[in-house]
Amino acid sequence: MSFETRAFLTVASQFASIELVQSVVDDLLTEIDLTEESRHWIGLALREAMANAIKHGNGVGDKHVEVEVGFVPEEVILCIRDQGDGFDPGGVKDPLAPENLLSSCGRGIFYMKRLMDEVDFRFVENGTEVVLRKRIAPESVPEETNT
Amino acid sequence: MKITQRKANNVTILDLEGKITIGIGDVAVRDAVQTAIAGGKNILLNMAKVTTIDSAGVGELVSAYTTVTHRGGKLKLVNLPAKVNDILQITQLITVFEIHDDEMEALESF
Repeated sequence: MSFETRAFLTVASQFASIELVQSVVDDLLTEIDLTEESRHWIGLALREAMANAIKHGNGVGDKHVEVEVGFVPEEVILCIRDQGDGFDPGGVKDPLAPENLLSSCGRGIFYMKRLMDEVDFRFVENGTEVVLRKRIAPESVPEETNT
Repeated sequence: MKITQRKANNVTILDLEGKITIGIGDVAVRDAVQTAIAGGKNILLNMAKVTTIDSAGVGELVSAYTTVTHRGGKLKLVNLPAKVNDILQITQLITVFEIHDDEMEALESF
């Protein structure tokens, strides 16, 4: 991907890893002067992507999740990669449909799409990559990435 | 996630504090609701100190709601922080739960 990577993390496929990654990403987002509100929603989208990677992609266990954080002018980009078998995005049920409203699961991707500006899934030979993009105010972009 | 249980008349109040998120907080809420159900059918979740809720946490709230309702009880929410309110709004669950801004008012509604 063509962006300046600010962090590249490889973590165990455990739910506890979500806290670690979100903490690191939150620190990076603080550097670019995002509001607490914006950081919260980006962090929540990240949590959902990681939860999917661990729960539905790898499973909890010995595999790993990779997280890449980068900035391009006016945009924050988060890539989350698992080592799972992938899934059919078209098979994800609409959580707003009356028959799904009281379901105990199936809202993660929906939240990601509502909280971020773009969410793309890429299925590769050895896993799945989800790319989350959030546009930010131009003045938030660090000078070194704004050239 | 820290959960404290209180009782007021025929209602069990669970004061939730921290994150209701996958792997930790969601399980804690599930266990606390199961315990509360054993002691009475009406439950009020005090969300005032919930800092973050994710889809797994939302799923637990929905599960708790359906479990309590199927047993003839009522599960209501009080003191929703703005961010929790927003999350329930996005998935239209704001229309499912009965939500109050004041604990006394919530208790009187059971």
